[in-house]
Amino acid sequence: MADATLVSSPRRTQEWVINLIIKLSGYSSILFVTLIFIFLMREGLPALRNVPLSSILGERWYPIEGYFSILPLIYGSLVVTVGALLLAIPFGVGTSVFLSEIAPPWMNQIIKPLIEILAGLPSVVLGFLGIQVAAPYLRRLLDLPTGLSAFSGAVLLALIATPTIVSITEDALNTVPSGYRQAALALGATRWQVIWGVTVPAARSGILTAVMLGVGRSIGETMAVMMVTGNAPVLPSGWDFLFTPVRTMTATIASEMGEVANGSTHYQVLFFIGIVLFVISLVVNIVASSVSLRGRTRAERVLS
Amino acid sequence: MDMKRSLTSARIQELIGENLLRLVSFATVLPVLAIIVYIVIKGAPAISWEFLTSMPRDGMREGGILPAIVGTFYLTLGTAVFSVPLGIAAAIYIAEYAPDNFWTRLIRIAIINLAGIPSVVYGLFGLGLFVLFLRFGTSILAASLTLSIMTLPVIISTAEEALRSVPQAFRTVSIGLGATRWQTVWRIVLPQALPGIVTGVILGLERAAGETAPILFTGAAFFLPRLPQSPLDATMALPYHIFVISTQVPGMPVKIQYGTVLVLLVFVLGMNLIATLIRQRARARRMW
Repeated sequence: MADATLVSSPRRTQEWVINLIIKLSGYSSILFVTLIFIFLMREGLPALRNVPLSSILGERWYPIEGYFSILPLIYGSLVVTVGALLLAIPFGVGTSVFLSEIAPPWMNQIIKPLIEILAGLPSVVLGFLGIQVAAPYLRRLLDLPTGLSAFSGAVLLALIATPTIVSITEDALNTVPSGYRQAALALGATRWQVIWGVTVPAARSGILTAVMLGVGRSIGETMAVMMVTGNAPVLPSGWDFLFTPVRTMTATIASEMGEVANGSTHYQVLFFIGIVLFVISLVVNIVASSVSLRGRTRAERVLS
Repeated sequence: MDMKRSLTSARIQELIGENLLRLVSFATVLPVLAIIVYIVIKGAPAISWEFLTSMPRDGMREGGILPAIVGTFYLTLGTAVFSVPLGIAAAIYIAEYAPDNFWTRLIRIAIINLAGIPSVVYGLFGLGLFVLFLRFGTSILAASLTLSIMTLPVIISTAEEALRSVPQAFRTVSIGLGATRWQTVWRIVLPQALPGIVTGVILGLERAAGETAPILFTGAAFFLPRLPQSPLDATMALPYHIFVISTQVPGMPVKIQYGTVLVLLVFVLGMNLIATLIRQRARARRMW
């Protein structure tokens, strides 16, 4: 044995170094999340010192005159996100139920790659088509002053959020034990009754996760929303709020950061909006993953 | 008998419900098909050798898009240089080394959160850390590093899955023959998982290539009449160029707009296709 240690000594050092590198790489994700948090705080927190809270929670976003209310921007993000989900949940969940429970394999092989392609389409491409095709069409169809509105943004966002919802819902449906379905069928239920009475309820925590991640995807989306929502940071003033221009938090950062002086108050407020987005995505993701974890333990309990 | 059964209300409900779901699914994927076909039809007339290989002229309203193509190529390459080794090493740690304890769970939470952070927030972070604090300036280097961190969770997750799909028996046999853990990973597990890892890497880089928001303030240039000379130069890039010519330049010929979109689409979907092919080939040849 002493012989073996002697021979392998340089190799041991080499292996020790490699293992160390691998371990450090493993921990790098924690480092990056921390760094992101630190740098957002470093640049964004001074905003709270320079801008009174009454201004941040006021009614106007007009940085040139020192109005830094983020409420119109939060409203903008909220209205397009809710609109997008109202479209993306039925279409996304419907498609995944169809794929995992009804569609024959050959249809799966056509639909799934198309969903993957949709997931891979750069958002700037969808934004471009929104400007060129969707907005003018909506303007004519609904006789609006402009097609660049919250509604256009919601439609594009629905397209962007759908692949996320489909892939996670489908995973959730696939993990439902086939014994559940067989038991229900044996009791005389139709396939449709099995789907809505057994499979979908059994997968509901996974579907909830899918919806949460869809929310995260929608709130964080930048380019497509910036290009088609008309860039007006205002609070709603009437019942046509869905068809008036809005501006999201993400679009505000993207469109204004290029023009501000580094370290100015405006710059700090834009970073502050970044902190808000960071916290929202943190909450959404932690809730989503804890929901699916709880679901899994429940399923395990049921099966054991 | 049979007729009677097929007309019960449960049957009718089933018929309506299933067809509704079929309709919903078609309504979801038809736009995708329509988008691709539409862009190909509208963009194809713009594509020519000159369009792909010459500089923009006349305020980008004429000429080609060479700097944007080259820029996107450099950015993708730069992203790969940083994110691929780091991502694969991290995946090896999580799949092969990490004990099941608090720190490993924390790593998992961190990866999930990295995946969820909005792309524009990555842009802010890149501006704060790479451009200003580390003084890389608005450059290919700063933009690539920003994109790398954004791509990392995709690469780690897919590589981890690929590593985990290698049967445990491979490791047991290798360790049993006297190999160390690293030798087992390097000689046995990694080669088996390689196709899955490559697929994940390409999908991650595909996403990076199409992103605009993270490079807006870290490396993208509105217009540069020359190709970038070093990693510390700013660069034009296809996604940002599409944004510029569709919102910032008045009187832009539609043909050039669609042509540029088509080039980006071919770039991105081409990567997607390669990833799919590798995955299918590996599945067909898998021995376990």
